[in-house]
Amino acid sequence: MPGTVDSTATRTAVFRARGVTKVYHMGEVDVHALRGVDLDLYESEFIVLLGPSGSGKSTLLNILGGLDTPTSGAVRYKDIVLTELDDAGLTQYRRHHVGFVFQFYNLIPSLTAKENVALITEIASDPMPPEEALALVGLADRMNHFPAQLSGGEQQRVAIARAVAKKPDVLLCDEPTGALDVHTGVVVLEVIQQINEQLGTTTAVITHNAVISDIADRVIALSDGRIGGVRVNERKVPASQLKW
Amino acid sequence: MSPLNRKLLRDLLHMKGQSLAISLVMAAGVATFVMALSTLRSLERNRATYYDHYRFGHVFAHLKRAPETLAARIEQIPGVAHVQTRVVVDVNLDVADMPEPAIGRLISIPERGQPKMNAVYLRSGRYIEPGRTGEVLVGEAFAEAHGLVPGDTVRAVINGKRQTLKIVGVALSPEYVLQIRQGDLLPDPERFGVFWIGRTELAAAYDMEGAFNDVSLRLMRGASTAEAIRRLDDLLAPYGGVGAYDREDQISHRFLSDEIRQLRTMGVLAPTIFLAVAAFLLNIVMSRLIRTQREQIAALKAFGYTNFEVGIHYLQFVLVISVFGVSLGTLSGLWLGRDLTRMYTEFYKFPIFTFYPDATIAMTALLIAAGAAITGTLGAVRRAASLPPAQAMRPEPPARYRPTILERLGIGAFLSQAARMILRNLERQPVKAMISCFGIAMAAAVLVLGAFSEDALDYMIEFSFYAAQRQDMTLSFVEPTSAEARYSVEHLTGVLYSEPFRSVPVKLRFGHRSRRLAILGIDPHSDLYRLVDRNERPVALPEEGLLISDKLAEVLHARIGDLLTVEVLEGERPVVRLPISGTIRDLAGLNAYMSYDALHRMMQEGETLSGAFVMVDSLNADTLYRRLKQTPQVAGVSVKNATVQSFKDTVAENMNIMRTFNIAFACVIAFGVVYNAARISLAERSRELATLRVIGFTRGEVSAILLGELGTITVVAIPFGLAIGYGLAAIVVQGLDTEQYRVPLVIDASTYAFATIVVLLASLFSGLVVRRRIDRLDLIAVLKTRE
Ligand SMILES: Nc1ncnc2c1ncn2[C@@H]1O[C@H](COP(=O)(O)OP(=O)(O)OP(=O)(O)O)[C@@H](O)[C@H]1O
Ligand SMILES: [Mg+2]
Repeated sequence: MPGTVDSTATRTAVFRARGVTKVYHMGEVDVHALRGVDLDLYESEFIVLLGPSGSGKSTLLNILGGLDTPTSGAVRYKDIVLTELDDAGLTQYRRHHVGFVFQFYNLIPSLTAKENVALITEIASDPMPPEEALALVGLADRMNHFPAQLSGGEQQRVAIARAVAKKPDVLLCDEPTGALDVHTGVVVLEVIQQINEQLGTTTAVITHNAVISDIADRVIALSDGRIGGVRVNERKVPASQLKW
Repeated sequence: MSPLNRKLLRDLLHMKGQSLAISLVMAAGVATFVMALSTLRSLERNRATYYDHYRFGHVFAHLKRAPETLAARIEQIPGVAHVQTRVVVDVNLDVADMPEPAIGRLISIPERGQPKMNAVYLRSGRYIEPGRTGEVLVGEAFAEAHGLVPGDTVRAVINGKRQTLKIVGVALSPEYVLQIRQGDLLPDPERFGVFWIGRTELAAAYDMEGAFNDVSLRLMRGASTAEAIRRLDDLLAPYGGVGAYDREDQISHRFLSDEIRQLRTMGVLAPTIFLAVAAFLLNIVMSRLIRTQREQIAALKAFGYTNFEVGIHYLQFVLVISVFGVSLGTLSGLWLGRDLTRMYTEFYKFPIFTFYPDATIAMTALLIAAGAAITGTLGAVRRAASLPPAQAMRPEPPARYRPTILERLGIGAFLSQAARMILRNLERQPVKAMISCFGIAMAAAVLVLGAFSEDALDYMIEFSFYAAQRQDMTLSFVEPTSAEARYSVEHLTGVLYSEPFRSVPVKLRFGHRSRRLAILGIDPHSDLYRLVDRNERPVALPEEGLLISDKLAEVLHARIGDLLTVEVLEGERPVVRLPISGTIRDLAGLNAYMSYDALHRMMQEGETLSGAFVMVDSLNADTLYRRLKQTPQVAGVSVKNATVQSFKDTVAENMNIMRTFNIAFACVIAFGVVYNAARISLAERSRELATLRVIGFTRGEVSAILLGELGTITVVAIPFGLAIGYGLAAIVVQGLDTEQYRVPLVIDASTYAFATIVVLLASLFSGLVVRRRIDRLDLIAVLKTRE
């Protein structure tokens, strides 16, 4: 895709994080999960967060998603200063703008696949029907199954359907393919990519798998709570062509 | 249905056993509450209706003799609506089926038609007819005690002449709901009976034509009772009036009020505690349920559900359980209340029965229960709702285990692997273990509370009737009698030993407070009538002054050393002032004692006796009784065993009815609590247990870990719970403290054993359920989803 770098530079930043740190106090020890992160994410951009275990990827993503607040630093989403919002403000922010896919699925075990999705579309302003979201992830025929009746990969796809069903402005995925085989992983990534392209959703995906980074516009590497490097992909690879 | 409501429904179904158990515990609390309150209210309203329909008097007085013309002057007293003059006399009865004499109270009624006041309700037979002599109505209690029916006769000594009374009807009266004599502590339906007889006939026998010796008043609404009493006393004084009194001092009313008050204590305090336990339980279950759902909550919040929405969701959970429990409890409470009201109205022989199912009681129960449940749960819900989602999302950090105290002390080597796991678990989560422990302890406590009253009553009987009073029989004379009578009694065949006593009816006054009672004068070194306090310690009778019940001092607001005004209500009716020389912590009645001699000095009389305490030679008892029956000077005898029986039939019986229900509900609560504790532990630990199974532990071993833990908690909880039960019983005993009785805080080993056994049974049952669940644990399902 020619001219990607330039166009990125001119696009407006959706997220603007400055000097973000996060310290967990664990008894006598302080765990520095983030040690001063500056980061801009742009409109409709697809980024991948890479980094070793414990480098602070989930922490950063949670802060961007309004699930957590930094110890210091500032984070803006468009006109909203996330770091100034109270709990209720963050809730509204998440409700109206953010879609999450969690590392551990976090489905409600007592609800079927469709109901898990409906749980979110209920409170969204312009959602797609749960059936459509599930069809998108190839689970139209498993709609009425409970999480315990689905495989790990299927549960993860339900989680993605749940995240995208509300057509969020921002889609944040924490290791969406971690538990999946190559084929299923590719299916899941295709869905995420499709959402990003069709709806212009700003998307951030955490992964350990360097191969996956080829589908991103930009790859941001974290190590030990700092940004170790940013790589701009000259050529985005469609998810269907990934191999690992 | 919204997905969140569907989740609610499925969670409820998933936890149906537990939810049901909590609902049942709440239902039990609410049911006792509604049952007790609606019964009490119905009882009080039935009594009021009874009093009203049969025009029970407000003020009562006895006198020697006054001309009927005085009635017109009494009517002039402001506030008096109606005056009833009567002739009332106590006579000796000779009842065929009983060797000892009985006392009959003959009350005059008009030959034609019901009296305008203190009317009678005819249970069977007919009203007396004019012109037929010897026709009487008999009070039902006496009739039942002797199997008397209309057509039967009893013989009475009326003004020295033997006469036959022909029973034509069996009757009830609001004046004698409990047929008890003024001055007696308890009804004795075998030895005291009430009879209604034509006025003309009774007046003729006692030279009371155109005169009366008893008067009652009904007052207008809002009239001052105290003023009416004062004016009436003034009018009656020249005619030998012994002081008018109101319903508060009317013995049947007093007794009934005290019983209702005791019912209230048993019926309100216990259910309140039950309800509190239920709320507490709900709180535990909710906070633990919420903890197991922390990741679900985090997901909901991550997607933008507000704290409020999440909170409401969990509150709905509580509400469904509470509303179900409360409805069930209210319905069964009303249903049982109806039965209980019927039982009590039969017990008290009210001629009317109406059950008043009271909506406000049900509403109160709902508010209390739902309120308690919600406030109990609010904390847990708020904690859940305020959990930062990012934190909740991560699995709970692995617990930090460490060797337990026992192991650190070096005993570890003797413990099996399972025992070690149990101990480490308990030590790792001391709060959780303590809460479970407390829940089970409350179950034991509620059982003790429900059951203890019988022990206390048994002790009262043992104490009052055997430890303190050792006479077999108390004999009382018609009139105070001279000293020789003492020797006559001693020489009667069948009398092993006797001691005289002097009893003087008085009004004791201190400031504006007063009580009518009899001062009992006894030998300070009496062997038969021992003055002992409620701890069975002997109390010395002072040579001078009064020794009174501490309860009497309390109601008079008087202390040792204070001077009481003593208005004697017999003979010359002197008024003297006497100091309180001591108090005695006794269990029954309001008592005042003086030394035999000091009482004579107060009365300015030589040795005079009102009666004697007697030890009876059981071989010659019948001879003695027959002899007494023929002695006109003897007003009556009270036989101790009969009194004990009467106590068991009235006070004890009445409390036992409530006790039975309390025990039943306490059992429900105990089972609910213990079962829940077990199920919650299972829910919290199912992943861990499944993991153990997967890595090769057998079902038995896995069950042993969980059940061992539960067992340990139960064993620790029981003694703790018994102690709490003792404390709760102490609170209830405070409420049972009336002028009539002070129920002692006595709990027998058998009650503790009962509570322990029920809790153990509940544990065993819950253990079996848990064991079956562990056996059927779906390993794959448990491990696959993260709950
Ligand atoms: N709630 C917490 N309390 C204490 N320490 C925490 C907490 N959350 C995260 N950490 C620590 O912060 C650091 C960063 O954690 P984070 O979850 O962001 O890592 P990550 O890059 O997502 O790792 P992984 O790839 O394993 O998911 C880690 O050292 C972790 O132990
Ligand atoms: Mg992570």
